[in-house]
Amino acid sequence: MQWETVIGLEVHVQLATQSKIFSGASTAFGAEPNTQACAVDLGMPGVLPVLNENAVAMAVKFGLAVDAEIPETSLFERKNYFYPDLPKGYQTSQMAQPIVGPGQVEITLDDGSTRSVRIHHAHLEEDAGKSLHEDYHGMTGIDLNRAGTPLLEIVSEPDMRSAKEAVAYIKALHAIVTYLGISDGNMAEGSMRCDVNVSVRPKGQAAFGTRAEIKNVNSFRFVEKAIAFEVERQIELIEDGGGVIQETRLFDPERDETRGMRTKEEANDYRYFPCPDLLPVTLDSAYVDHQRALMPELPSEKRHRFENQLGLSAYDAGVLASSRAMAEYFEAVKDVCGDAKQAANWVQGELSANLNRENLEIGDSPVTAEQLGGLIQRVMDDTISGKAAKQVFQALWDGEADSADAIIEARGLKQVTDTGAIEGMIDQVIADSPVQVAQYREADESKRGKMIGYFVGQVMKASRGTANPQQVNSLLKQKLDQA
Amino acid sequence: MHDKTLTELAAGLQAGEFSSRELCQAALERIEHLDGELNSFITVIAEQALANADAADRARDAGNAGPLAGLPLALKDIFCTQGVRTSCGSKMLDDFASPYDATVVEKLRQAGAVNIGKTNMDEFAMGSSNENSFYGPVKNPWDLSAVPGGSSGGSAAAVAAGLVPAALGTDTGGSIRQPAAFCGITGLKPTYGRVSRYGMVAYASSLDQGGPLARTAADCALLLETIAGHDVRDSTSVARVVPDYTAELETSLSGLKIGLPKEYFGDGLDPEVETAVREAIKVYESLGAKVCEVSLPHTHLAIPAYYVIAPAEASSNLSRYDGVRFGHRCDDPTDLEDLYKRTRAEGFGEEVKRRILIGTHTLSEGFFDAYYLKAQQVRRLIRQDFLDAFDEVDVLMGPTAPTPAFDLGAQKDPVSMYLQDIYTIAVNLAGIPGISVPAGFAGNRPVGLQVLAPHFAEAQLLGVAHQFQQATDWHLKRPAFGKEMA
Repeated sequence: MQWETVIGLEVHVQLATQSKIFSGASTAFGAEPNTQACAVDLGMPGVLPVLNENAVAMAVKFGLAVDAEIPETSLFERKNYFYPDLPKGYQTSQMAQPIVGPGQVEITLDDGSTRSVRIHHAHLEEDAGKSLHEDYHGMTGIDLNRAGTPLLEIVSEPDMRSAKEAVAYIKALHAIVTYLGISDGNMAEGSMRCDVNVSVRPKGQAAFGTRAEIKNVNSFRFVEKAIAFEVERQIELIEDGGGVIQETRLFDPERDETRGMRTKEEANDYRYFPCPDLLPVTLDSAYVDHQRALMPELPSEKRHRFENQLGLSAYDAGVLASSRAMAEYFEAVKDVCGDAKQAANWVQGELSANLNRENLEIGDSPVTAEQLGGLIQRVMDDTISGKAAKQVFQALWDGEADSADAIIEARGLKQVTDTGAIEGMIDQVIADSPVQVAQYREADESKRGKMIGYFVGQVMKASRGTANPQQVNSLLKQKLDQA
Repeated sequence: MHDKTLTELAAGLQAGEFSSRELCQAALERIEHLDGELNSFITVIAEQALANADAADRARDAGNAGPLAGLPLALKDIFCTQGVRTSCGSKMLDDFASPYDATVVEKLRQAGAVNIGKTNMDEFAMGSSNENSFYGPVKNPWDLSAVPGGSSGGSAAAVAAGLVPAALGTDTGGSIRQPAAFCGITGLKPTYGRVSRYGMVAYASSLDQGGPLARTAADCALLLETIAGHDVRDSTSVARVVPDYTAELETSLSGLKIGLPKEYFGDGLDPEVETAVREAIKVYESLGAKVCEVSLPHTHLAIPAYYVIAPAEASSNLSRYDGVRFGHRCDDPTDLEDLYKRTRAEGFGEEVKRRILIGTHTLSEGFFDAYYLKAQQVRRLIRQDFLDAFDEVDVLMGPTAPTPAFDLGAQKDPVSMYLQDIYTIAVNLAGIPGISVPAGFAGNRPVGLQVLAPHFAEAQLLGVAHQFQQATDWHLKRPAFGKEMA
């Protein structure tokens, strides 16, 4: 039997607001437990929520980026359940009237083809706190620093048919939210996590199979692995004559497998109802237009511009536009050196190789865009050779000096282009190598091309690599052929 | 001093007839001698009060005293007070000291008022008799065998017995007006959104509203001026200018159109209460007002709608009392489930549990549409009834409660207790303001006249009540209880 996989994703994006969604407490990551939770976040008796307008603006920008409808009215509701890290006994969320309506996202697969994934809706909600199970001698500690952090939950339609498509979808969302600057997209810190709904069905069948929901998967790689495991598990179950039960599962990254958590039958009745402490959010078209005007260029627009205006190849444009940090770095290099193609080559070549080797993000690059642009300039104006440029890059990477010029100066890497000086060195080499000169002159024209390499090497050595190799080459040819 | 109104005491302080310390000391002494029997206070903060009184005296000497400087007040124990117990009349919060002050508490302090203590109340403001308090029932100073009304019964009794000249209460379904009526004082429920709810422990968020209980409408005006206004911490508080209510008290009643809702004078209304209310309305006619009958056709749906909406919100608002972060926690829980179950079983009283269960049921899947959504539709109809009535008349008048204060322990059945709020509950559903003013007696127990006005027409409401108090002396009557103390 041929099987088809059906995948839908709920992606939780932590919004990059300075303060929480319903209080003034800071959202900064990594503080001491319970130091960033005010009375409102702690659910103290008598406290009331006040909606953070920035969270609304960010959600609207996301909606606009995925071509979604922005309803005029949205509503906050309470989702009621008991959990120790849920301080109020309910989560303030949106269900019936979310802030972002149906939309779609373009995804790019590895073979360069694109397709569209529909978004069902996106809604705003507050995050819960964290239960700490270690260091409490069998008890549980509660850290409410994260409680009240604004989340945008983006719910897709079940439009994806493979783990690769699911990963491409999350990458597309990641690019959008980071471009918009509404999230740092840091999956390791939980800024982006997703619940993956997976089911399988015989190819050609219209009805969906029973799905399992894998909770809180927090890396691109884990999403791919969790789906792969789950698909295999479900197919095996069915082929063995059993059936998939609807349940919530957890992905174990140590073992690359999913495990049952609880069945949906035991699921809570969340008793949603409109939150009486918050007014409905009404957004008129002027507000939406204003947010639209504030939007930066998005990844797909950027890709097209790189291709059409800067003349980059489709591949280069795609890679450079894939993340906002990469695109900004590239554009800054381009602006300094004035040549898009050179900038693209260096960013994707030397820089990326170094970043990959040391496992660094582009934002952490020790070589700034300013420095790299300066270096490329010196190559383009023939101040240094391409070979010397690699040395200079490494020196910049190692932090030897602040600019390419300083390194060129300090290491004496400036190309000698003064014909007189080069001629002097050539004359010396010719004078010092009578045997080789004689051999050269006796040789056929066809063999001389190879033999000249020896003299070039000697001259370059004499100049400690600073002589312009093209000049050396042509002058040598002239002088050796003269006699 | 204990017979005087807030306005008179403010004048006395201003004139130097007595100091704030003397005034607060006198209040504390009365509480010490009388409250053992009355049980109107849960917490008295004598030391802090006297220190604040001294500060008010110094501020007055320095010429920078606030409008309420040195006046002793009490707060229903539902208002959060920093470092001072806020119990909400519940075992659940018996050991809870709030880390912050409610907005109204801040505003009163800025105006110079001296908080004497926190008054007794029905647990989490659920009740119409003040018999649902973890700290025991409050007695009605007019008749110690009667209830003071609920849930702001502690505040009403403390004012009626002259322990404090005024107090704050909250009104979710009549909890300021009904105890004011039962205790023979004046109580105002402002328009929903007029007074910040920040720091006022939530019972039913869309209905709760804080307001003053005092001897006179003029005193209520003085307090409302202080506590009203937009609060950035409460999104449902309304950004509207706060009028000078005191300055607007002297409006003439000539030409005022009074509507009597016929539904408020039907079956179940105690004849003595009806007589007193009709006499009061005659006083208004004699002062130049015109009276006509109006109808609020959906009145009979108010109690059922309220007992769907209020418990639904309460079931959610009270989820935070789970033993995890503050308040009561059961001993030695075996696991999380056990912690929740026993903490809540031990911490909450009967009536609170009843309403949580009702609310949980009406919000649950499969019942939500039939109960909660339907009740919200009814709520809109009830609000529309009032808006239609106010197209015809300026204010509505009727009894505050169908009977005078009943005996402690007399109401055994919860539903008959719920019917106590039959004339007050619709007002909360509609969000309009209402006031109860003393208007006579049924036997030895006071009767309240309720006056209702359109949204944000508190100035008119207070003026109408004030004019009545200029023409009558029901608000000057004092119970025999505590008379022997000077």
